[in-house]
Amino acid sequence: MVPFPRAGRPRPFPPTQGGIRSSHGRGPLRGPNTSGDDVPSPAKKVEELQRVAIRFAGDSGDGIQLTGTKFTEATALFGNDLSTFPDYPAEIRAPAGSLAGVSGFQLHFAAEDIRTPADQPDVLVALNPAALRANVEDVRPGGMVILNSDAFAAKNLERAGYTEDPLPALRRRFRVIEVPLTALNREAVKDLRLGTREADRSKNFFALGLMYWLYGRPMEPTVRWLESKFEGDVLEANLRVLKAGWHFGETTEAFPVSYVVPRAKIEPGSYRNITGNTALAWGIVAAGRRLGQPVFLGAYPITPASDVLHELARYRHFGVKTFQAEDEIAAVSAAIGAAFAGQLALCTTSGPGFVLKQEAIGLAVMAELPIVIVDIQRAGPSTGMPTKAEQADLLLALHGRNSESPVAVLAPATPGDCFDVMFEAFDLAVKYMTPVVVLSDAYLANSSEPWRIPDAALLPERPVRHHTNSEGFRPYQRDPDTLARPWAVPGTPGLEHRIGGLEKEDGSGNVSYLPQNHARMVALRAEKIARMAREIPPAEPRGADRGRLLVVGWGGTHGAITEAVDAARADGLDVASLHLRHLNPFPANLEDVLRRFDRILVPELNGGQLCWLLRARFLLPAESLAKVAGQPFHISEIRARIDALLGEEA
Amino acid sequence: MSEAATPSRKEFVSDQDVRWCPGCGDYSILSNVQKVMPELGVPRENVVFVSGIGCSSRFPYYMNTYGFHTIHGRAPAFATGIKVARPELSVWVVTGDGDGLSIGGNHLLHTIRRNVDLQILLFNNRVYGLTKGQYSPTSRVGMRTKSSPQGAIDHPVDPIAFALGAGATFVARSIDVDATHLQEVLHRAHAHKGTAFVEILQNCPVYNDDEWVEVEDRKTRAEAALVLQDGEPLVFGPKGARRGIRIVDGVPSVVPLADDADPRAAGVAVHREGHQSPAYAFALASLTRPAFPLPIGVFRAVEKPTYEALLQAQVDDAIRTRGPGDLGALLHSGDTWTVEG
Repeated sequence: MVPFPRAGRPRPFPPTQGGIRSSHGRGPLRGPNTSGDDVPSPAKKVEELQRVAIRFAGDSGDGIQLTGTKFTEATALFGNDLSTFPDYPAEIRAPAGSLAGVSGFQLHFAAEDIRTPADQPDVLVALNPAALRANVEDVRPGGMVILNSDAFAAKNLERAGYTEDPLPALRRRFRVIEVPLTALNREAVKDLRLGTREADRSKNFFALGLMYWLYGRPMEPTVRWLESKFEGDVLEANLRVLKAGWHFGETTEAFPVSYVVPRAKIEPGSYRNITGNTALAWGIVAAGRRLGQPVFLGAYPITPASDVLHELARYRHFGVKTFQAEDEIAAVSAAIGAAFAGQLALCTTSGPGFVLKQEAIGLAVMAELPIVIVDIQRAGPSTGMPTKAEQADLLLALHGRNSESPVAVLAPATPGDCFDVMFEAFDLAVKYMTPVVVLSDAYLANSSEPWRIPDAALLPERPVRHHTNSEGFRPYQRDPDTLARPWAVPGTPGLEHRIGGLEKEDGSGNVSYLPQNHARMVALRAEKIARMAREIPPAEPRGADRGRLLVVGWGGTHGAITEAVDAARADGLDVASLHLRHLNPFPANLEDVLRRFDRILVPELNGGQLCWLLRARFLLPAESLAKVAGQPFHISEIRARIDALLGEEA
Repeated sequence: MSEAATPSRKEFVSDQDVRWCPGCGDYSILSNVQKVMPELGVPRENVVFVSGIGCSSRFPYYMNTYGFHTIHGRAPAFATGIKVARPELSVWVVTGDGDGLSIGGNHLLHTIRRNVDLQILLFNNRVYGLTKGQYSPTSRVGMRTKSSPQGAIDHPVDPIAFALGAGATFVARSIDVDATHLQEVLHRAHAHKGTAFVEILQNCPVYNDDEWVEVEDRKTRAEAALVLQDGEPLVFGPKGARRGIRIVDGVPSVVPLADDADPRAAGVAVHREGHQSPAYAFALASLTRPAFPLPIGVFRAVEKPTYEALLQAQVDDAIRTRGPGDLGALLHSGDTWTVEG
């Protein structure tokens, strides 16, 4: 291993640092240049900050997502609370230097509890003019903008749509730091056998090394990753530029101070950083284990859901079978087939694919088979913006099938919650013999947070037993408690039966066109879903049980709403928040809770779908805060509406 | 297995009233399937019939096995899920020319190419029956129906050529009313490991009566049908009008044969089911009425690993090399850290 730079300054790492251990048992994590006691006295001043938000931005081929991910890992291991937001285009390699090709990764880390990637980055690292233009207006006024000055030739400015040099104007608004990144990077690797193009590919790691210095991050996890991933000159190049970036920060006069963000006070336990999609995939594996049946995933590649297919395809040793189908319809059909055959079957998809699956989901409603459909919502309609977040499939999930076709709908609140929601979804599906829809979104899917690793042995365990008793067996006989029909699977002697999409006679399951029977079956299918409300947790507002304003949200807006309401309460405002994890059925006490507040505000990344539901269901004058921009809420947007609503009445 | 030792057709008959039109070819097919089932040696509980939508797709309701009447065109996908989940089951798909080749063409194609071990029975009556008589993707050009009052202008798809094009490992054609032939083909289809695609020529007495009468009627069958038998020359026609099929450069032609002539010496092609190249079977599939006799029997039968076996092998291999999945180890994999109290 290439030694870390030694000539540094001691980092005033937090005194609590000894409390953090890495999984690799190498003792307390330290900044790379603090490994000895003989380090020179500080060359530069170190300032302590409570929170920092950094956004890396560059071309989609610049390795921005990787850079962000590595900074995130280092930060997680350091012990900050954090929240990330990767924001990238659907184009794999848009034309170099174009606005369309800009990829961004925002990371918010703190010495305190945080729940969002922050409204405004404090620092923007822009690798080209297009990245600057696409992102600079988001930066906090007076914030820092670090540029690759080598990329600001006239031609590149033109490609980004600048008609004149933007820097003079920007210097008046931000602290602009110009770093000749390309040249410094080339210099660092000049004696290696790499072509210019290959050498330039490592410049993101130069930027990463610089940011590691600026915020006192440990380099060890990144070095370890590089060593596991590359060899030879490519490894050497990356290690060198990482260090060169660090050295540059230390020596350049552009940075008179560096910063430290002390580690957050976090509940004891083992932690890892996790994205929503990884948590979802692991939640599925865990559900298979704890419910004691093999998992079958039918999936067709679609952004932003494909990562779950990729992840699960690696877990054949858990008995997980993944089936990459020819289309979205085949994916759900095969999954329903596997459910008929007794397995824990699911589909992962996104909006356009979810639409295609609706007819088959209706069959699962009619055949009363357990299946979980995960819709990782993205901006639409139609193809829309495949990598951007939206929550606009709620009404589709509830009402997107022909006729009366009720399904349960759950939505995780945070990346880590994506793990827990999958067990709950499968548990409800098999207990009530019904499809369950899980609504994640592009933001939850790709953003990450530190996640307290649950003890695998303590996860809930509910072994599924298929029906085997042939005495008096009838395919649609119902459990008196849940109204579920028996899960009788092919291969079981004496339980041979036929199911299908034609209306069934209750009990026998024979085809029936009788009016009274149809009315009864419609009611039974609805009642099964309604009865779930008896076992889902009651709605519990955060902050206050009653008052002037309740802010109600669901899904991935949990963080922004919670922070906005907490801050408003801290400022003395009479407001509380309520997060709904269960969209169908609603918690049994929801109406009671809503009626204890004078006004109800429903922020959503759609045109007001939950708001519409609450109004329709409870005849309450709920008010919508709709944002349909392909971007998550800023805390300030929610806060502004809270202030406005409470101000109106004051 | 004492029950299986004395199996009977009745055990496979469900208690549901059959509701096809009087004279429908489906009755004959159902009866022959019920006759063959007990002879296959598969316990009844291990048999699953899966269908889509259409007249043929009511089939599972009449079989006293497991059955799943699914949605239009998707039966092969449902069947794939069932077979992948439980490879020990004997899974049969019943579909029609509309269900299988129109709305469900994509699933049929991909299921065949994956070689999932299913029996797919496609009842071809060249018309939409359940929706009351529109032309189907196998209808002849010019067919006048309610939706084609001036005659259909779609060029039809040939089910056999479609299956061969998808890479089918087993392709056969039989006739609804020819019990002996149909039962033999069903036995062959079941014995085949992989997707066994069987086109069954089926009469719709209401909307497309007598579409296949030349091959259904015993009086004209010798003239109109070419019965394929592995290792035997392609010979057809009644005594006194024997003819053979010669295939040169992939192009078939009819050659007259004296009753005592040796067909091989006359250059008549010899039927081989096991050609690795599908070219020969394609040539057979191009034999259509009235210029040629319609081939009946097994066009192609070759061995290829099945999808569900390959997938199960990956699962078994992963468990052997990595050990059965350890949930705790998975959750703690990669970089983790501990915060102490």
